[in-house]
Amino acid sequence: MTNVLALIETSSTGVIANTAPALIAAAAKLGTPVAVVATQPGAGDSLVEQLGMLGAQQVYIAESTQVGSLLVGPQLGALISATQALEPSAVVVANSIESRAAAGMFAARTRSGLLADVVDVKTDDGGAIIGVHSVFGGAYTVEATVSSAIAVITLRQGALDERAVEATPSVTTVSLDVESRTSAKIERVHAAGPDSGRPGLRGAVTVVSGGRGLGSKENFVLVEQLADALGGAVGASRAAVDAGYIEQGSQVGQTGITVSPQLYVALGISGAIQHRAGMQTAKTIVAINKDEDAPIFDVADFGIVGDVFTVVPQLIAAIGTRSN
Amino acid sequence: MKIIVLIKQVPDTEEERKLDTSTGLLDREAGDRIADEITERALEVALRHKDGNKGSEVVVLTMGPLPAKEALRKALSMGADSAVHVVDERLEGADMALTAAVLAAAAKRTGFDLIIAGNESTDGRGGVVPAMVAEHLGLPLLPSLNSVEITEVSVRGEAALDIGSLTVSAELPALMSVTEWAAEARFPNFKGIISAKRKHVETLSLADIDLDSAATTTTPVLTTSQRPARTAGKKIVDDGTAAQELAEFLADRNLL
Ligand SMILES: Cc1cc2nc3c(=O)[nH]c(=O)nc-3n(C[C@H](O)[C@H](O)[C@H](O)COP(=O)(O)OP(=O)(O)OC[C@H]3O[C@@H](n4cnc5c(N)ncnc54)[C@H](O)[C@@H]3O)c2cc1C
Repeated sequence: MTNVLALIETSSTGVIANTAPALIAAAAKLGTPVAVVATQPGAGDSLVEQLGMLGAQQVYIAESTQVGSLLVGPQLGALISATQALEPSAVVVANSIESRAAAGMFAARTRSGLLADVVDVKTDDGGAIIGVHSVFGGAYTVEATVSSAIAVITLRQGALDERAVEATPSVTTVSLDVESRTSAKIERVHAAGPDSGRPGLRGAVTVVSGGRGLGSKENFVLVEQLADALGGAVGASRAAVDAGYIEQGSQVGQTGITVSPQLYVALGISGAIQHRAGMQTAKTIVAINKDEDAPIFDVADFGIVGDVFTVVPQLIAAIGTRSN
Repeated sequence: MKIIVLIKQVPDTEEERKLDTSTGLLDREAGDRIADEITERALEVALRHKDGNKGSEVVVLTMGPLPAKEALRKALSMGADSAVHVVDERLEGADMALTAAVLAAAAKRTGFDLIIAGNESTDGRGGVVPAMVAEHLGLPLLPSLNSVEITEVSVRGEAALDIGSLTVSAELPALMSVTEWAAEARFPNFKGIISAKRKHVETLSLADIDLDSAATTTTPVLTTSQRPARTAGKKIVDDGTAAQELAEFLADRNLL
């Protein structure tokens, strides 16, 4: 089996990101999974065991003092270095802002074909690599292959549930020379807001989203309360984000995050086509809206024509009674 | 300063977008095509710099079939100085790698200090073309900026990554991509629409940018299939018991 590289993301404090399990699983579906990680010198060893538990058969640690101060360059350098050493048939990265930048640069540098934002990967009978895309808000499934020697794949976060079998990885450590001229400098890291204890939106099993119908930032708390009652993540329409009810990272839709949860609850959201494009692959959709003609009802499995300020508190109470 | 803005024409998201399931290509008859909103916002970032720095020049660049010229005309009427359109039959169905190679070659020919792109298009959503163009041109990439600061020698901005955000910077020449929070695009005014007619649109073929040999797609589409559309389920008008009924529905589906 050929090697398949999985680019592991780490936080500014060196913790492995939650995208790693699916990336290693995808790599394992295509060949021998190799976890590639760019770290500060000496910081990689502590990650090996965890990457092995996630299924990495080899861990390729590229060390550079520039990790954390140059954007993308170290990750790109790590992939190039691992490619020269291991001749992979594919490189799998998360479809996150940083990793997809590294993937794009890697593909251009190595003249490789790139399959972006895939929801699954597989090989055909002849061993050719195939990426499965979910296009136009899930309306189409498109399968594509790559004719170049290496396939570069960005994987939609939360799309792949499979996990690879645990392994005891071999470890390779190299030191990396990063071209600083062609990398942007990281001047400051602004940490994310205080941890709410809620699941993140990407990959969440339950998502409760609020729209302009909530009317104000204060009222938007209702969305959070229902999310907490259901153990879900909080999302929003673009109108709610634009109105300042909640931060940008919560936007669900065509130009926001695409979610595919078991349950999606839309509160005070009209269901514009751009919003539906980001949520209509949810297993079950519930909508509460005052307007009986709101397009969100066209895709809802259960719709309530009603006022969110009346129905939602009653719903939270009803959920509370049931769980007691 | 000379700024190139990458413009893309996409299917209007106000209408249902269709793929031709036999070719895998976009069904161009299915709806209107418009300049992607995100690329208009990228243009706005460039125009704001030009507003405050009179010597600056803004060139809009696109690759696409003949009608893509409409998107360039709109950009010119918003205030761009000139436009470059790469159009060639052999680019039909071009994938991201080929698109990026073409845009990079055309940008090189045009010349620039800074390139600005949208972070991801509403149709492809890959978000990798800016990085690929940057790599072809050997430029630092500032991806997905929510806010932008441009000086004569450098660019800086805030990139919101998945965990927290970063302030990033680079010296020029550089390439940045912007998110929809970077700027709200202006509307063309009457004067802009009139003067756009006189502005120059340069049309280039693959031969003009010396990419004749490289014009192949490396990611052929194998199959395209349409998922059945979702259908509306139960809809009730709240009479005071709707919440209770919904809780039962959720419990029945093991969603509580
Ligand atoms: C290029 C482009 C990209 C876009 N990308 C996105 C995207 O990623 N995500 C996104 O969401 N949108 C996106 N949009 C915007 C989209 O078109 C809509 O404007 C937006 O989704 C509307 O948000 P909304 O449903 O919250 O607001 P509205 O359309 O204003 O709907 C508010 C709803 O709340 C209901 N309501 C009001 N009060 C109550 C109450 N008390 N109880 C119950 N219901 C109530 C109303 O009946 C109404 O249906 C995009 C648009 C464009 C052009």
